[in-house]
Amino acid sequence: MSQNAEKVIDHEMLFREPEYVEMFAKKKEQFEFGFPIEKMEEIREWTKSKEYQDLNFAREGLTVNPAKACQPLGAVFAAVGFAKTLPFVHGSQGCVAYYRSHFSRHFKEPTSCVSSSMTEDAAVFGGLNNMVDGLQNAYSLYKPDMIAVSTTCMAEVIGDDLGSFIRTAKQKGSVTEDFDVPYAHTPAFVGSHITGYDNALKGVLTHFWEGKERTPNESINFIGGFDGNVVGNMPEIRRILDLFGADYTVVCDPSDVWNTPTDGEFRMYDGGTTKDEVKQALNAKATLSFQGFSTEKTTKYIAETGQEVVALYHPMGVAGTDQFLMEISRLTGKPIPESLEKERGRLMDAIADSSAHIHGKKFALYGDPDLMLGMTAFLLELGAEPVHVLSTNGGPEWAEKVQALFDASPFGAGCHVYPKKDLWHMRSLLFTEPVDLLIGNTYGKYLERDCNVPLVRMGFPIFDRHHYHRFPIWGYEGSLRVMVAILDEIFEALDANTIDTSKTDYSYDIIR
Amino acid sequence: MSLTIEETKLRNKELIAEVLKAYPEKSAKRRAKHLDVHEEGQSECDVKSNIKSLPGVMTIRGCAYAGSKGVVWGPIKDMIHISHGPVGCGQYSWASRRNYYIGTTGIDSFGTMQFTSDFQEKDIVFGGDKKLEKIMDEIQVLFPLNKGITVQSECPIGLIGDDIEAVSKKKSKEYGGKTIVPVRCEGFRGVSQSLGHHIANDAIRDWVFEKTDADKNKFEATPYDVAIIGDYNIGGDAWSSRILLEEMGLRVIAQWSGDGTIAELENTPKAKLNVLHCYRSMNYISRYMEEKYGIPWVEYNFFGPSKIEASLREIASHFDDKIKEGAERVIAKYKALTDAVIAKYQPRLKDKTVMLFVGGLRPRHVIGAYEDLGMKVVGTGYEFGHNDDYQRTTHYVKDGTLIYDDVTGFEFEKFVEKIQPDLVGSGIKEKYVFQKMGVPFRQMHSWDYSGPYHGYDGFAIFARDMDMAINSPVWALTKAPWKK
Repeated sequence: MSQNAEKVIDHEMLFREPEYVEMFAKKKEQFEFGFPIEKMEEIREWTKSKEYQDLNFAREGLTVNPAKACQPLGAVFAAVGFAKTLPFVHGSQGCVAYYRSHFSRHFKEPTSCVSSSMTEDAAVFGGLNNMVDGLQNAYSLYKPDMIAVSTTCMAEVIGDDLGSFIRTAKQKGSVTEDFDVPYAHTPAFVGSHITGYDNALKGVLTHFWEGKERTPNESINFIGGFDGNVVGNMPEIRRILDLFGADYTVVCDPSDVWNTPTDGEFRMYDGGTTKDEVKQALNAKATLSFQGFSTEKTTKYIAETGQEVVALYHPMGVAGTDQFLMEISRLTGKPIPESLEKERGRLMDAIADSSAHIHGKKFALYGDPDLMLGMTAFLLELGAEPVHVLSTNGGPEWAEKVQALFDASPFGAGCHVYPKKDLWHMRSLLFTEPVDLLIGNTYGKYLERDCNVPLVRMGFPIFDRHHYHRFPIWGYEGSLRVMVAILDEIFEALDANTIDTSKTDYSYDIIR
Repeated sequence: MSLTIEETKLRNKELIAEVLKAYPEKSAKRRAKHLDVHEEGQSECDVKSNIKSLPGVMTIRGCAYAGSKGVVWGPIKDMIHISHGPVGCGQYSWASRRNYYIGTTGIDSFGTMQFTSDFQEKDIVFGGDKKLEKIMDEIQVLFPLNKGITVQSECPIGLIGDDIEAVSKKKSKEYGGKTIVPVRCEGFRGVSQSLGHHIANDAIRDWVFEKTDADKNKFEATPYDVAIIGDYNIGGDAWSSRILLEEMGLRVIAQWSGDGTIAELENTPKAKLNVLHCYRSMNYISRYMEEKYGIPWVEYNFFGPSKIEASLREIASHFDDKIKEGAERVIAKYKALTDAVIAKYQPRLKDKTVMLFVGGLRPRHVIGAYEDLGMKVVGTGYEFGHNDDYQRTTHYVKDGTLIYDDVTGFEFEKFVEKIQPDLVGSGIKEKYVFQKMGVPFRQMHSWDYSGPYHGYDGFAIFARDMDMAINSPVWALTKAPWKK
């Protein structure tokens, strides 16, 4: 017996105690009827080969460890970004339990969202009654100013018509006629979470803008896109726009409700874009989207209203942030503030101090298409080589943009882009063409283990490190943080590789 | 300011009346049946259960897919479980239940991987059977050491009329009788995870037991062979349980399903006794094995020393004196540990109150462990319990306990706000709500990333965790001093 009341032993060490190790060995030997260790090792080695990679890349049906989620998750993200808005997902209820859990594990915050709880009878007769009762219950209990409806695949497969259901529900008095219920069809079998964000956001804008006359003014709209760092990024964007003295509206901002204090009160709603702000946003002279792939339909819709639309692709680093600031300057007619120029200089200073440690290092990265574009550009700027850039939800159009970045830099020469691929593809790449560092979300830790490559955590979701989401990765300041995160992993790896006393510790330097 | 039992009952009844006022009339009537104050002597908690959740109320429940893939099948480590349908379900349930296992992931074990058919619009329109066939072929090539495949159906499968049974049979034959299990656990079936457990149990019956070659994976039986049923090895729970059973002289031939293998499932009918922890999710297969193979089953509870002790004796009572002595030996062996744990933590936890809302067996099973530490459970409820769970609960709860079935976000928040327990034990969706309110919280599904909580080794961790939640200095600091 090894457990001990004085110093309680956790799972990390408990199961390494001899009595457990022996128990595991006996279980395996007597009851599991697995393959001999030699066979396991043989196959393990084979999975590292080029032959395996070719078979792996020949997959047509199977997806293994994808780096994407489904549309309705993104729709909930978008709904959460509006003031006093309750996300309402029409379809099976288990989906909502999953979205809420997923967001809570990433943000370490509550995520309020309801379901219309459709079951077999709704599958047969349609979910109208669920919508009617659901809107009434949700409104009575949670007193929102707005209920933003999206769908799960179940409701989409049976063909429920949200527009007519919501109209009927209003007629039946679930909510008053003038209560705002924007909606979007968000089938899980089309696109990914960024598509859902896009559709839901467009649904809200359509709800408030359709049939309204546009009276252009000098303000600009900012749309962030689906962003795991939204809690840190959005205040950074506001700070930058405030420094410009810009007249702006952030359209969809969940950065407050996913960042509420622990002070004795649970705030189900906090912050977010108000309905008045959404209505006013129609009159803006231009909309700046930070993530073009995450807002394809929304930006197209906005452009149709007569606004100028600038769609960026997650600009990061020096040139990316320069471009972002120059666009703000152009759109607002205001000069780039000196203080931001100084921040730029500080980022340059930091890069100059550290680039020797990043220069020539090989990177593999995966994630949402916009983030990959921003990150690829930044790495090239640092003299790094992003040799594998992979996205599960990025398509050919995205791949062309990444290739253009490679082509424009001498450091992009040996680099490849992999659209519509998953992390099992990445595993093969990491064996056949190893890299120094991997950049991606929490799921990358399995690659870190299998392929022995340090992981810089970035993207969504990040479950196994705390509070990264609270800090910006946008702007010069955010880019600095990203570079520090990369440097930390490089130095950690260097230290770990030189820590053996009297063998390698001559390089275990205290000054770097 | 502690209330008498009568005052507590009155307060709780008023509280129920108060929350019901917020609902539209029709919904209030329906919710009223799920809420009750326990009266001592009642043979069951007087609540309705296992019926549909109201739309729009923020139920905490999940779906049948979660019950099958997430709970029952997912932990079987040497099989590949395909999340069949769109990408989301598999993504959200990917490695999130902490079903620990030992194996080389991606080579001979697959527990923390996400295999999905990632349905696209064309699969919905034209059906996904062809794609499923192709996926199985690709699995055979790329993961040659897989010991079987399950098809975990997501919502669209049952709606578009795919024949996953035919595909499974065809491919099984093609691969020389490989175990391939189609599971009809579409998320819209039933009212919660619970039906998914049942469907998954039935799938084991029909596609594993019915098709197993008895000569495969032979071993020498002993009179002391048992199977652990309904332990998902969350944070290593099944391991800290197994060790006790083995120490008392039993031989555990299978774990269902935490750290389990297909061979263990197949060999379970050779057990002399099935020991059942999570009654809710695996009573079905236990009953089946009793009827079909004559294997008796016994429920046990490995949370906290009082219940562990009683359970060890209960299990031993099915065997000869050697095992009975073994049980006493195990109880004696761990006495010093549990005494030390209680001596250390009880003074810090005595009389602290707890409200629970969990799934499976925990709304009742953990009560004893809290009581061993001198704590009191003042409210409890099941996410997806049935009537038989509430019957079993009467043996655990005290007079006046607030009972809430399928609690809604609104109700739970109001209950906690009013009752002000010292600790809430529930899930990730609830955790931050209550912590914001300044109420200490432990996740009682995932053990808040700790564990194991089962067995004697687990009890020490449980006690330490409850203490660190309740007695953390943060709770004294949530209010700014100038606001106090």
